[in-house]
Amino acid sequence: MEIKEKESVVVRFSGDSGDGMQLAGNIFSTVSATVGNSISTFPDYPADIRAPQGSLTGVSGFQVHIGAEQVYTPGDLCDVLVAMNAAALKTQYRYAKPDAAIIIDTDSFGPKDLEKAQFASDDYLGEMGIDPDRVIACPLTSMVKDCLADSGMDAKSVSKCRNMFALGLVCWLFDRDLDVAFNFLREKFAKKPEVAEANIKVIQAGYDYGHNTHSSVANVYRIETKHKVPGRYMDITGNKATAYGFIAAAEKAGLKLYLGSYPITPATDVLHELSKHKSLGVITVQCEDEIAGCASAVGASFAGALAVTSTSGPGICLKSEAMNLAVIMELPIVVLDVQRGGPATGLPTKSEQTDLLQALFGRNGESPMPVVAAASPTDCFEMAYAASKIALEHMTPVILMTDAFVANGSAAFRLPDLKQYPAINPPYVPEELKGSWTPYMRNAEGVRYWAVPGREGFEHILGGLEKDDKTGAISTNPENHDLMTRKRQAKIAAIPVPDLEVLGDKDDAELLIVGFGGTYGHLHAAMDELRAQGKKVALAHFRYINPLPKNTAEVLKKYPKVVVAEQNMGQLAGWLRMKVDGFVPLQFNQVKGQPFVVNELVEAFNQIINK
Amino acid sequence: MAYTNNDFKKGQPRWCPGCGDHFFLASLHKAMAEIGVAPSQTAVISGIGCSSRLPHYMATYGMNTIHGRAAAIATGCKVVNPSLAVWQVSGDGDGLAIGGNHFIHANRRNINLNMILLNNRIYGLTKGQYSPTSPRGFVSKSSPYGTVEDPFRPAELCFGARGHFFARAVATDAPGTVEILKAAYDHKGASVCEILQNCVIFNNGTHDAVYSKEGRAKNAIYLRHGEKMLFGENNEYGIVQEGFNIKPVKLGEDGYTEADVLVHDAKCEDNTLQLKLAEMEWPVALGVIRDVEAPTYDDCVWSQIEEIKEKKKYHNFAELLETNDIWEVK
Repeated sequence: MEIKEKESVVVRFSGDSGDGMQLAGNIFSTVSATVGNSISTFPDYPADIRAPQGSLTGVSGFQVHIGAEQVYTPGDLCDVLVAMNAAALKTQYRYAKPDAAIIIDTDSFGPKDLEKAQFASDDYLGEMGIDPDRVIACPLTSMVKDCLADSGMDAKSVSKCRNMFALGLVCWLFDRDLDVAFNFLREKFAKKPEVAEANIKVIQAGYDYGHNTHSSVANVYRIETKHKVPGRYMDITGNKATAYGFIAAAEKAGLKLYLGSYPITPATDVLHELSKHKSLGVITVQCEDEIAGCASAVGASFAGALAVTSTSGPGICLKSEAMNLAVIMELPIVVLDVQRGGPATGLPTKSEQTDLLQALFGRNGESPMPVVAAASPTDCFEMAYAASKIALEHMTPVILMTDAFVANGSAAFRLPDLKQYPAINPPYVPEELKGSWTPYMRNAEGVRYWAVPGREGFEHILGGLEKDDKTGAISTNPENHDLMTRKRQAKIAAIPVPDLEVLGDKDDAELLIVGFGGTYGHLHAAMDELRAQGKKVALAHFRYINPLPKNTAEVLKKYPKVVVAEQNMGQLAGWLRMKVDGFVPLQFNQVKGQPFVVNELVEAFNQIINK
Repeated sequence: MAYTNNDFKKGQPRWCPGCGDHFFLASLHKAMAEIGVAPSQTAVISGIGCSSRLPHYMATYGMNTIHGRAAAIATGCKVVNPSLAVWQVSGDGDGLAIGGNHFIHANRRNINLNMILLNNRIYGLTKGQYSPTSPRGFVSKSSPYGTVEDPFRPAELCFGARGHFFARAVATDAPGTVEILKAAYDHKGASVCEILQNCVIFNNGTHDAVYSKEGRAKNAIYLRHGEKMLFGENNEYGIVQEGFNIKPVKLGEDGYTEADVLVHDAKCEDNTLQLKLAEMEWPVALGVIRDVEAPTYDDCVWSQIEEIKEKKKYHNFAELLETNDIWEVK
């Protein structure tokens, strides 16, 4: 047996939607994170709840990237592919590197399975052009049955443990300590110890099987952690981090947290997460529709809460109307848009960045709104906090953009200390203004004061009709409307945001890569690869999109070549061209519903550099 | 502290002279003064339309929001701060057409809102199109040859959505209006008050049969829980049961006596007879038709929060973090 030191490896677990690939992947990433490896994960699941068993459309995957150094993406192609059935091998093999190890359950490659997976013969490896020497073929289902023969479990429960066998095998392959996995399962199934023990037995069996049977044919990989940032960590998905960001912001601001939402993929996990935390006083209302989700958030905000609404895809269209109400009433709400493939229902489970211009402009009238975007699963926490702070301190609705990729992906999250986060101070109307206050009086930052119902002497009406700047009464006066339009615009423009950071060869890059939101990891990895090839490259990644950082023009105009790379047809590029005089970037646009592939980026950027 | 009507009044209403909204507004001021909740503890939330201008004439907290969404907005407001008295005001277009979904779900959830439906069976602000309560065949600017659709009957919609409170008054009938508004406030849960209101410009006379005191004496019945359903200028009529239905009869005719007259039961869980009352064309039923206690959404949300606070061991963000699988990198 040969032990290979590797900088990083990518493992892709794939099988039927019900095969528990996500759980296996999660345990594997936790086990790896515990030894200090950097991790990045990405689930890739079908839109159908349960497509027919063994069918090509029913395959779901879960990819884990573990590295000795920081990993920024779940990886383009995998070093190890676990295919629990024929359909998984058929659809997922394209995500495997040419020299990848393939683990298959031969029990799921019978004639029926092959037929469902549309193989023409029983030489499925030949058909796919896979070298049999790279395949760890094991009768996984039968071995799990044997392993649990004395457990008294029914066939269905036994079959549910197949994923753990695969996990055990992968743990062997990567020389992982099984104790962490065992503890994870014992906690997860604390109320069903017999299930935990059955799973543990199967993991051990998978591990032993690898050790005894394949130690002569396969490599065992070691990924040693190089740079550790000491601290306490947990694994977190982007959606969970977003929910945590809202909880943290509400606590910091001393406000109730309200979420009005309607279930929609891939944003629903935020509703699920926040619904759990009643002990923190979080109020969640699953509304009758997307419209009510946003409208009720406006009502909750009026009543003095940190009010949030969450959605994706077509849901964001339906919220436009109530967002605009919050714009004109100058009330704080945060609108979370977990972007997915569009238009219309589009690709509900896939990832895109195609809502940017809608976030910026998709409302009637002059309707400026701050827009921020999270760059990674853990950054969802930071940006949810930042979005809440902007909303509450500047009395405005804010759009927080994430996407299916960062929302479902996970990474190790260093537990934040809320004391280290900036205070959130909403502009409550000072008591001394009682008697002279009118609803659209502003503080020095141009922000309308907040008078929450219940305070005596500050009774007032807000509304969707234009109001007089001075009195707050309905006004159609032309000069007043022009003035109010400008004041709303100026208020948003004046919001302070951090400067745009330039990474890489910031002084002498020949190419500046520009992106926003969830593509950060891929763009960073592409930059690293180009620099490793000796190219001078820098990356400027936007998290604050409206208002833009003050140094935006300076950064964008500094480099000889600039490429804006985004998962849409050029929305950020267009916005930057509008805001930065004379700026005409090159573009890299891809709208596949899948994350960028680092190698494709490197190739495209190399072409630009060499032109 | 005692309040007067003036404590709730603000500004000069800009509805057309003779509009039913003027009458209703005066009754709302009076009802609020009698209810005695402070203006600072009261929120009046409307959508868009003639009647939705109403919050501008209230010295309370208020919002005149967007078309149809008042019930959804009021829901967020009430659930965050259940101690506020929240009144939601809509017209028939605002509440039952564009806002129909929010109307039924507010009723189903039974959130403690006082929901006012000012029904003039017409779109006034957009100048005279038929509404979802206009009768079949109604001629309007958008139906010059008559509508070819049936109207909603608000009570039917409320009951279909499992509403627990429904009352009706005529805008010009101040005592009748004040009475149901107070009952709506007293009822914990979604309380729908249908106000029959005349649009003098685009649908004049739509409620003529009951719009004057004399008309109501002849054509309306005031329902009161526990009282016999008698009506007419001299209480010469009554409502009796006939098979699976109810009908108005003249006492002394066809052998009917006062003993045959039904006693109104607004508290009856089963809404069958209440619905029949609400849908009578003659006489028009006024007053509190249904008023049944049930758990309210806002109460349940907050009692669940209290219950879970007791059960769970984490009560702030730092404690929440500790509930996860944590590892330490040294």
